[in-house]
Amino acid sequence: MAIQFSPQEILETIRMVQMENLDVRTITMGVSLRACAHPDLKVAAGKAYEKVCRSADRLVAVGEEIQREYGIPIINKRVSVTPVALVAESSASDDYVVFAEQLERAAANIGINFIGGFSALVHKGVTPGDEALIASIPEALARTERVCASVNVGTTRAGINMDAVQRMGEVVIATARLTAARDGIGCAKLVVFCNAVEDNPFMAGAFHGIGEPDCVVNVGVSGPGVVLRAIEASPQADFGELASTIKRTAFKVTRMGELVGRAASVKLGVPFGIVDLSLAPTPAQGDSVARILEAMGLERVGTHGSTAALALLNDAVKKGGAMASSYVGGLSGAFIPVSEDAAMIDAALSGAITFDKLEAMTCVCSVGLDMIAVPGDTSAATIAAIIADEAAIGMINRKTTAVRLIPAPGKRVGDMVEFGGLLGRAPVMALHRESSEAFVRRGGRIPAPLQAFNN
Amino acid sequence: MQEKSNRVIVTVIGMDKVGIIANVSGLLAEANANIVDISQTTLREFFTMIMMVDMDKATVSFDELKRRLNAKGDAMGLKIDAQHEDIFKFMHRV
Repeated sequence: MAIQFSPQEILETIRMVQMENLDVRTITMGVSLRACAHPDLKVAAGKAYEKVCRSADRLVAVGEEIQREYGIPIINKRVSVTPVALVAESSASDDYVVFAEQLERAAANIGINFIGGFSALVHKGVTPGDEALIASIPEALARTERVCASVNVGTTRAGINMDAVQRMGEVVIATARLTAARDGIGCAKLVVFCNAVEDNPFMAGAFHGIGEPDCVVNVGVSGPGVVLRAIEASPQADFGELASTIKRTAFKVTRMGELVGRAASVKLGVPFGIVDLSLAPTPAQGDSVARILEAMGLERVGTHGSTAALALLNDAVKKGGAMASSYVGGLSGAFIPVSEDAAMIDAALSGAITFDKLEAMTCVCSVGLDMIAVPGDTSAATIAAIIADEAAIGMINRKTTAVRLIPAPGKRVGDMVEFGGLLGRAPVMALHRESSEAFVRRGGRIPAPLQAFNN
Repeated sequence: MQEKSNRVIVTVIGMDKVGIIANVSGLLAEANANIVDISQTTLREFFTMIMMVDMDKATVSFDELKRRLNAKGDAMGLKIDAQHEDIFKFMHRV
């Protein structure tokens, strides 16, 4: 049996893992809680606890086993569940915090760092269960460490539920206040979506969609460092060549996810869902998406050209990933969070990137306004208006968009907010000071857009 | 899933010196890991040795072998690592 690979191929792989932070970012098990509904919410929450523990009890062990067998770091093991509003609505209770606490217990018990799905889908309208869930979010996030919440307020087919948008503005503010002692960290676990996807393995926006099987394994791979290195290696490349380089790299990275996903599926005896190839930065050096854009020739991310650079990157990543896996899904593309990306933080500190430029960039990135610290005295109406803008971008462009803002209590523009760990740190960014109150208060829905005459 | 192989690729990178092969193969023999193929090249100025190793009858886990190889590398001033063959198959062959 001869070695079938060239030394270059072998060294490329070794380099990716050792020097460029190539890793499998997350193995996320989706668990349906639809069988857990019960008239007594405590019973329902107890059943959810048992279901999660039973389904995912080996998740961490299997993740570690795969890491040992293949020598590829698997950073996070996580669980996403059916949007809790759907499960809890059968109960008489209108306070769902107990449900979040049971999910927290389950997550702690099986040894995972996040569990997603304290969620509601309200793009067309709100049911009593949705309303109860949304009302419970601030306290649920303040009382738990690992539970992540998300609310879908719009879709391309349904339009935008502006009543829900207005409500979420208040919920974001309330969540920040309840976790004021920790700079409003509760908001880092709360995502407001338009066109949310059902099989996203990345937190905080993961939930187990209603079209999903009882239990499924999704894998999120990342690797901004690998893409950066590939781009740096060819500084003279024109855009066609640049896109090819990114595609080739994305392909290889996604293949790793495919390998790990298949192995996890076999070992856990659970169907393999999708690989999500998302360039997801971490605050670690060399793990930055913003640096990739800068390597394309921008002095600082946020300057003119940043949107075009991101558009090329996002699309090339999707193309490479799509060829590499039988099932690509989730969000797949490039994330541009501020606090989790070292070069993005630098750009925000130097004023190179502004809130408005970030909004423009979300038109072509894979998600949206992510992990941005804003002044603590921001009004609920302003947060709601930002959510409305972002949802409109998603709705019109038929893409997922999201808002994850942290109105850090007591902090002003230029202050630093420290979340620690993977969530990183961020300077508080300036927002427009003019009021959007009267606009947000109109209520009702923004109608779904035409699907033709796309100009 | 393809038929699961138990082969790993061991890579040694660094400045050439006496005893590299002896040391690494000695370590592998101790673990009862069988060397199936070996190749040596010089990439840029670096000496590079690549070995395919069958772990079927190995007396230590892949994890442990990797640890020993890393330690040996540190002791010799080389970068020694091991990675499962499937990784390369998936990444470089479709």
